[in-house]
Amino acid sequence: MQFSLGPVLYFWPKAQMLQFYREVADSDFDIVYLGETVCSKRRELKYEDYLALALMLREAGKQVVLSSMTLYEAPGELRELRKYVDNGEFLVEANDVGAISMLQEQSLPFVAGAAINCYNQHTLRRLVSMGLSRWVMPVELSGQWLSDVLNQSIISDIRDCFSTEVFALGHLPLAWSGRCFTARSENRSKDQCELCCIKYPAGREVSSQDGTQVFVLNGIQTQSGYRYNLVNQLSTMHNTVDIVRLSPQQTGTFDWLAKFKANLDGTAPQPLSASDSNGYWLQLAGMATG
Amino acid sequence: MELLCPAGSMPALKAAIEHGADAVYIGLKDDTNARHFAGLNFDEARLKEAARFVHQHGKKLHVAINTFAHPDNYQRWQQAVDMAAHAGADVLILADIAVLAYAAERYPKLERHLSVQASATNVAAINFYRQFGISRVVLPRVLSMQQVRAIAKSSDIDLEVFAFGSLCIMAEGRCYLSSYMTGQSPNTAGACSPAAFVNWQDNDGTLESRLNGILIDRFAPNETAGYPTLCKGRFSVGDDTYHALEEPTSLNTLDLLPQIYAEGIKSLKIEGRQRSPAYVAQITKVWRAAIDAVQSAPDHFKVQPQWQQVLAGLSEGSQTTLGAYHRKWK
Repeated sequence: MQFSLGPVLYFWPKAQMLQFYREVADSDFDIVYLGETVCSKRRELKYEDYLALALMLREAGKQVVLSSMTLYEAPGELRELRKYVDNGEFLVEANDVGAISMLQEQSLPFVAGAAINCYNQHTLRRLVSMGLSRWVMPVELSGQWLSDVLNQSIISDIRDCFSTEVFALGHLPLAWSGRCFTARSENRSKDQCELCCIKYPAGREVSSQDGTQVFVLNGIQTQSGYRYNLVNQLSTMHNTVDIVRLSPQQTGTFDWLAKFKANLDGTAPQPLSASDSNGYWLQLAGMATG
Repeated sequence: MELLCPAGSMPALKAAIEHGADAVYIGLKDDTNARHFAGLNFDEARLKEAARFVHQHGKKLHVAINTFAHPDNYQRWQQAVDMAAHAGADVLILADIAVLAYAAERYPKLERHLSVQASATNVAAINFYRQFGISRVVLPRVLSMQQVRAIAKSSDIDLEVFAFGSLCIMAEGRCYLSSYMTGQSPNTAGACSPAAFVNWQDNDGTLESRLNGILIDRFAPNETAGYPTLCKGRFSVGDDTYHALEEPTSLNTLDLLPQIYAEGIKSLKIEGRQRSPAYVAQITKVWRAAIDAVQSAPDHFKVQPQWQQVLAGLSEGSQTTLGAYHRKWK
C-alpha cells in the first residue's frame, strides 16, 4: 500500500506553499498531487511554479501528479487546463470529464479523481479503455461498494491496468458551485472577492444553530464539517485499495502519515476526535462515525 | 424553442400537454431517476400510456434515467433503458457513462440527451460526451448567462437550460451534501434531503426542521417554514447566522428569455416532477405564453406582470432569483 498527499485544497500564501512542499520532499509520501483544484482566481502559484515544485519533488523521489480543477466554466480556464494536459512529463489527475477529453485526444494516461462520476464496473471499464490508470472513487462511496465494483468479472481481466486510491484523511470536498461561499460569508460578491479565502487556511466553519459542525466553506467548494479519517480502517483495505490519500492539513499532516503507516495492520489504532468521521467508508451517512 | 415540462404522474403529464408543453419528461418508479419519491413516477403500463397520450397530441416524451448505476444491480439501469425504448419514448435523458454507452449501442436511433446530472459545464466536457452520440446537453445551473453564451457560440450541439423551479446551487451530479448528512444522495438514491429523514418540532411556537437529526432551520411564529433542503438552511458562520449557502428561493428566468432565445437555446426546462398537476398546469400556461410572445416578436418582448404574479405564487418562499445566470448572484 502506498501513501499519497492530495493537492492543497485551501488558498495558502506562496511562502507557506513553498515551505510545505520542502517538508513534503523530505517526507515518507510516495505520491504527491500538485495543483489548484478549486478556483481559477487563486494564483499565488502559477503553472510554472507548480512545475518547478513538481521537478523538485521528483528529484526527491516522489511520483508527482498534476491535479486539475473540478468546475470549469470559462474558456480561459480550459486554456489553462490545456497547459497541464500538455506538460509533457507528469501524469494528470482529471477532476472533470473535460480534462479526460483532452487527455484522451492525446492518448495520455490519467488519474480519475473523486469528482469524476464513476460508480460502477461498466463505467470503470470504459474509462480504463480511454486511458484511466488510477481510480479515486467518489468520496460518498463505501468500502463495500468499492469491493462490489472490483469483484465483478468484467473487471478481473483489467485489474492490472489500473490502481485504486481512496481519500482517507481531511475535510471531504462535497460540492462545487458557481457561487463563492467564502466571499458570501464576508458579504462580498464573487467578482469582488478580493481573494478573501486566503484569510482562512483551513476554510470557514459552518455550524448548525445548535452547534454541530456541518460544513466547511472553501471558496466555491463546500467541504464536510467533520474531518474524514480512515486511520482505523486501513486493515480492511488491503485487497481493494492500492493508494491511501491524505489531504494536506494546516498542521499535523506528517504526523498523521506516521500514524497511518503505524496502523496499516490495525495494530496501532488511533482515537478519533469528536470532529472526525468515517461514515461513508462504513456505508453510513458521511458525517457518522462507526 | 421547446417548452419541456415535468410530470410525476399521468394527471400532471396530461396537464402539461393540455396547457401547451412541446414535450414532457418523466421518470420510472425506482431509483434510476433523480426524483425517486414515494407515490411519484411511472411503471411500465403507465409509461406506455404516457407515450400514447403524448404522441396522440403530436408531442414528445423524454424519459430521465439519470442516476448512477450501482455495481450489484447494474441490470436495473439497462432494463430501464430497454423499458423506455420499447414503450416508445422519444428521448432518453442519461448521465452515467455506462448507461449512455449501452443506450448508444443498443438503441442508436433513439435520441440521447445528456442529463444535468452529468455536470457538463464546459465545451471540453461536452466534447467528452459526444462519443456517446448525444444530441443535446442540459446545462447545469451554475453557469452565468455569459458562460451559457460562450458555450452556445463554440459548440453546435443543442442546448437545454433550466428556466424555472427549484434551484440547485451546486454543480449537479457532483454534490454529495445529501449523502453526507443522510447517506442518500441524488447520484446514488435519486433524492436530495429525502423526506424520510425530515423531522419537525414545535418548541413553544418556534418550529425546528431537522434532517437526520441535524438542525437545518428555526422559524419564528411569523416566518414561513420551508422544506429542510440542506443547502437552504440557516447556519452560523463566525458571528453571523444566515442562509450560508442559499435562501429558499426558486429559479425564474423570465427576464432573460429574449437573451436565451437570441442564443438559439433549443429547449427550456421547467423543474418539478414532484409537483402537483395544478402546479404543472399553471406553470406551463405562463411559459407557453411567454415563449409564444418572444418567438413572435423577440425585440418587443415584455414580461407580463400577471406571469410574474403566478410564478411568484408557485415559488419556494415566494421568492425567485435569476440564480447563476445573473453574475451578481455569485
